[in-house]
Amino acid sequence: MSHLTFGVDTFADVMTDHDGNRLSDAETVRRTVDLGVIAEESGLDMFSIGEHYRDDMLDSANVVILSAIAARTSTIGLGTSVTVLSTQDPVRVFHQFSTLNAISGGRAHLTVGRASTTDSFPLFGFDLRDYDELFEEKLELWMKLLDGGPITWDGKSRPALTGQTLHPKLEDPLHTWVGVGGSPQSVIRAARHGLPLLLAIIGGNPARFAGHVELYHRALEQFGRPTLPVGQHSIGLVAETDDAARDAFWPVWRAATERMALERGWHAATEESFAHEVEHGALMVGSPETVARRIADAVQALGLARFELKPDIAGLSYEHREASIRLLGTQVAPRVRELAGAMESASA
Amino acid sequence: MPETSPRERIGIVGAGKLGTVLARLAVAAGYEVRIAGSGDPKFIALTVDVFAKGALATTAAEAIDGAQIVILALPLHRVESLPVDALAGHIVVDAMNHWEPVDGPLEEYTEAPGGTSSVVATKLPGSRVVKALSHVGYHDLDAHARDERRIALGIASDDKHAADAVADFVRTIGFEPVVLGNLAAGAALQSGSLAFGAALERDSLERIVAEHARTTT
Repeated sequence: MSHLTFGVDTFADVMTDHDGNRLSDAETVRRTVDLGVIAEESGLDMFSIGEHYRDDMLDSANVVILSAIAARTSTIGLGTSVTVLSTQDPVRVFHQFSTLNAISGGRAHLTVGRASTTDSFPLFGFDLRDYDELFEEKLELWMKLLDGGPITWDGKSRPALTGQTLHPKLEDPLHTWVGVGGSPQSVIRAARHGLPLLLAIIGGNPARFAGHVELYHRALEQFGRPTLPVGQHSIGLVAETDDAARDAFWPVWRAATERMALERGWHAATEESFAHEVEHGALMVGSPETVARRIADAVQALGLARFELKPDIAGLSYEHREASIRLLGTQVAPRVRELAGAMESASA
Repeated sequence: MPETSPRERIGIVGAGKLGTVLARLAVAAGYEVRIAGSGDPKFIALTVDVFAKGALATTAAEAIDGAQIVILALPLHRVESLPVDALAGHIVVDAMNHWEPVDGPLEEYTEAPGGTSSVVATKLPGSRVVKALSHVGYHDLDAHARDERRIALGIASDDKHAADAVADFVRTIGFEPVVLGNLAAGAALQSGSLAFGAALERDSLERIVAEHARTTT
């Protein structure tokens, strides 16, 4: 695992202060910038922001937040988790991210895909039933835009391009990943376009996704593409001890799943289901050693080159998020590299 | 193993998360399995080889033809694309749910008092519609077939013989069938019910279904 990268994902979820008082939207945005800077200080490779349009997530203009972080950092990658390309205009996205790339000295990344919520569709006047068609068409356009030069393109989702060149021209490549949940079709789509794969694993044991990784690699081969990296995104919290981590995370997790239950008819988490997810599933909650071991297991099972932790949920205090990020960078990441290296030697 | 020979054919329409899991389970249980995506079978050949080796990737028409049981595991909003005439006369398992992120708001389905399957049945005249395989998450189905303490899967249909045939299938792939009343009773298995997304044993599922019937009539 010579090049295992670690990052933080956030939706600029509504923060509370240490006493549990909800911070204003603007304060959450400002502190999200601070967390990006802290991520770099902690030695992390990437800081990514999502794209939602809700009252509990303040990441609607993620590229603006990333730009503020770019101005205060010098090495950390600036990514998205995810860019909802299907309801965006790829031309505008190119303008924004090419500009971010220029400001940051080539540190802009994107992960394109389906957001965890669907609010962009009604807000911008799109039909969810057109998701696949929209995403496919816009991704195809996006790949052309990355090539630079005059673009000729025709489609249904936006006016035709008739030989325009978009500026600012890219000085450094604009790395694009595809974020997928569990759909085999999405995995194949990423392979077809020759884009690296980011698996959003938010429930169940990460090893369950070994089939998706196999599908990805075989599809790459079938499409005549070179090997590409696979990453994982999971939710969690890192604290000094397992108990401290669980005690901090459980109340906000329960509240978040209760909210989702109302919105989508799923079930709110129980203490039992929470414990199960923490011990065997997709929640990376615990001490640095515990979280490192869980991540190392996933790295081994899926052949990961990249791991992204989302250390926040609506209602979690700023202090807990900061602590997770610092521990992730200074203790968890080095320990995972150590464990993964040892696993690799053992199986060689 | 199913008792009839030659092997019973299962036709699955939809090669997404649920369809591929069901295909794998049916192959493992000894069925002849055909599975179709929304386009040319070659687009799902690799997916089928990785997730459901032994199943045959076909068109929807080929999956339906000669199938003892057809399983609908495609997005609900694509029901209109199904070949209605080809399905007529078949036992058709409706494993679909309304998923807003994929289907958008579909008031026709969400407002229906008899549940989404009662609406599906009106769109598939001549089909023997059975609501089944719809309320337990695909990942739970994937992981818990043939558990010692079997997970209970609810089955609802206006056609008793069709319900019984699906119950046999459920038992054979490794789960405990729980036959509810008529097709409308299947509303107890939908989002909003405690049965939805839960992996329960028989007693718990029966209790939840009974409670749902009590509170909604």
